[in-house]
Amino acid sequence: MTKPVYEKVVRPRSTVRSRLREIWIYRELLVGMIKKELKVKYKNSALGFMWTMVNPALYLLVFWLVFTKFLPNGIPEFVIFFLSGLLVWNLFTGAVSSATSSVVNHASIVKKVYFPREILPLSSVGAAVVHYMLQLVVLVIALIAFTHNIDWSYAWLLPIALITVIVFATSLGIFLSALNVYARDTQHLLELALLAWFWTTPVVYAYGSVLSGSHGLIGTLFKLNPMTSIVLPFQRVIYAKTDVYLTIGDKSLFRVLPQESSLWYFRNLSIVFIGSLIFFYIAMRVFDKAQGNFAEEL
Amino acid sequence: MSPAISIKNVSKRFRLYHERQSSLKEKLINIGSRSYDDFYALDDVSFDVEEGSTFGLMGHNGSGKSTLLKLIGGILKPTSGEIITKGRIAALLELGAGMQPDLTGRENIFLNGSILGLSRKELEKRFDEIVAFSELEQFIDTQVRFYSSGMYVRLGFAVAVNVDPDILLVDEVLAVGDELFQRKCYERVKEFQQEGRTIIVVTHSVDQIRQIGDSAAVLNHGKLVYKGAPTEAIREFREYMFNDVQVEPQQTSSELTANDHLRLSLAVDPETKEKVKKIRITEAAFCNPEETTSYKITTGGSLRGQINWETTEPVENAVFNFEVYDKSGELVFTASSEELDLGVLDGKGSVEFRWGSIPLSDGTYTVNGVIMNKNTSEIYDWQEQRYIFEVVNDTKSLGYVVLPFEVSIRKD
Repeated sequence: MTKPVYEKVVRPRSTVRSRLREIWIYRELLVGMIKKELKVKYKNSALGFMWTMVNPALYLLVFWLVFTKFLPNGIPEFVIFFLSGLLVWNLFTGAVSSATSSVVNHASIVKKVYFPREILPLSSVGAAVVHYMLQLVVLVIALIAFTHNIDWSYAWLLPIALITVIVFATSLGIFLSALNVYARDTQHLLELALLAWFWTTPVVYAYGSVLSGSHGLIGTLFKLNPMTSIVLPFQRVIYAKTDVYLTIGDKSLFRVLPQESSLWYFRNLSIVFIGSLIFFYIAMRVFDKAQGNFAEEL
Repeated sequence: MSPAISIKNVSKRFRLYHERQSSLKEKLINIGSRSYDDFYALDDVSFDVEEGSTFGLMGHNGSGKSTLLKLIGGILKPTSGEIITKGRIAALLELGAGMQPDLTGRENIFLNGSILGLSRKELEKRFDEIVAFSELEQFIDTQVRFYSSGMYVRLGFAVAVNVDPDILLVDEVLAVGDELFQRKCYERVKEFQQEGRTIIVVTHSVDQIRQIGDSAAVLNHGKLVYKGAPTEAIREFREYMFNDVQVEPQQTSSELTANDHLRLSLAVDPETKEKVKKIRITEAAFCNPEETTSYKITTGGSLRGQINWETTEPVENAVFNFEVYDKSGELVFTASSEELDLGVLDGKGSVEFRWGSIPLSDGTYTVNGVIMNKNTSEIYDWQEQRYIFEVVNDTKSLGYVVLPFEVSIRKD
C-alpha cells in the first residue's frame, strides 16, 4: 500500500493550529454535513427550498404593514431598507442558533465516531450562508420591483462585511455549542438574547434615530454593538439613501444613514473583524478543552 | 516493525458529581460547592501495539478497556498522556452511528464514509462494493428511516469495513445480523488480519482472544496488569477475575463504585474474602498410561490425565474439569468428574481421568484444569493452559480426527 501514513496524536490539549489542520483534512466531511443540513431541513416538505425565500418575504410583509401603516417610522422605501439589514441579521442568527445546538443534536455521532467536532458548528454556519445566498433572490426581486439603485462606490465593503459576520457568527457558534453541552439552558437563553439583540440593532429603525438624541450611555452601548457595524455597510450600499432626513417626536432632524466616508465604515468593520478573530481563537481553545468529555456529557 | 499505536502514560479521570447538574441556574447556584469524586478510569497506562498484529484488550466490566478503546479512537481525550496512532482508524464500536434517518442509503454511505475520513472520490470507487456487501441494492435509494434494524446495522458494517482502515477497533459487535452475515463479518476481519492490518479487539470472550489474538493486554481497575502472549494474558485475566477482591481488601466500602459492588456480589460470597484457596490444583499431568514419563501419545492410543489437589479446609460438592484446546485455540473436548460423587475432600489427593482411545491427529494440545462447586458454580481454582500433551499420528489419515472405519467392496 502506497498511501500516505497519517499520524494522529491524541493529547489532553491541542493547539489551535493543529485543530485547524485537522478540520482541513476533514473538509469533505464539512461539505457533506452542510449538504446534509440543507437536505434534512426541507425533506418531506412540499415547498422545500422555497421556504428559505418565503420566510423573509413573510417577515417583510408583516414589518412593512406595521412600520408603514400602523406605526409609521417614516423611512422611505422601507422594504429595501428593512431587507438590506434583515438578510444579514438572519444569516447571523440562523448560524449562531443552529450552531449552538449542533453538538447536542449530533450526540449519537459524537459519542461513537471520531471526527473534528468543530465540523458541527461550522456546518451550521455553512448552511446559514447557503440560505443567505438563496434569500438574496428576494432582495434582488425587491430591488427590481422598486427600480432601486445601489451605491456601487461603497460595494467593496460588502465582501468584507460578509466575511466579518461569518467569522463573528462562527466564533460565537463554536463557543456556545461547547457551553451548551454542559449547560443546556444556553440554547434557550440564546433565543431571548437574540430577540433583544435584534431590537438593539438598527434593522427596523434607522441608525440615526438612536444617535441623534443625547442618549449618553445607551448611545455608547449602541455603538459598541458589533452587529451595528456589520449591518450598516449593507444598508449604506443597498439602501444607499444618505440624503434622507427624518424626525421622530420632538427630536431634531437626523439622517437615516450616517453621512460618513467608506473609510469610516471600513474602520468599524475592521475593529469587529479583528475582535472576532481574537474571539475565534478563544472559542477554539474553550471548545478544545470542552470536547475531551463531550462523549461522556452527552 | 514499528508500533501502529503508542500509548504513553495515559490517564483518564472522570468526575463523578454527586448530583448531576446540567442547567445553568443550578451550576450558578452551586458554583464552588459542587461535590464530586475523582474516578480514574485509566491510570498511567503505557504500551505499544505492533503494526499488523491482532491485539486483544481484556478486563472485567469497569476495568477501563472500553474507555481505552474510545481514547485510541479519539472519541474521548485523555486527562494526561498521549496516544499516537499511525494510519486511518475505523471503529466498529457502534454500527450505524451517524446514520441520518431522513437521508437515503446512498446519501448515508457518502456521509458516513466521510465521517470515517474517506474522500468523495474514494467513496465513489468503493460505492458498489459497499452496496454489494450490505446486500441492500434494492433499498439504496430509500430513506434509512424505513430500514429494519438489521438493514441499518448491515449498512453501517458495510461502510465501516470498506473504508480501507489501517487500524480496526472492534468492541464486541460482531454479533449482528443473521448468521450468514455474521460469518461474512468474521471472514472480513480474518481478511484484514491476513492483509497485515492492525486490529484491536475488546472482549470478554477468552475464546475469541485465543483464536485470533497475536498478543493481548489485561486491564484491572484502570491499570495495565499484563501485556504479552494471549495464553499468558488469559491466565492473568482469569487470575484477576477470581482474585479481584483479594487484590484490594484495604479498600473501604465507600471507595468502591457501584460496579465493584455488583462484581463483588457476583464473583465471591462475602465469607470467602481470605486469600487462600479452599482447594487448589498442585499439579496435573497427561501421559500415556503405559509410559507415565512421556506426555506423548499416539493417535488412537489411550490417555491418562491426573489432577493432584490439596485443601485448606474440607470441601464438599467439588467437581474437577478438563478443557482441551488445539493450537489455534479451538476447544476440542472436555471432561468432568460430575458423574462421580467425590464426597468431602480434605487434605491431599488426586483425581484420575482415563480415555480409552484418543482419535486426535498430530499436534500439541493445551489443557485447562478447573475445580469448581457443582451446585453454586463457584470456581475454586482455574489453571489456564498450564498443561500439555502431544499426539503423534502414525496412521495415513489426514484431518483433525482419525476415526476407525471399515471399507468393503462388492463386485456384481
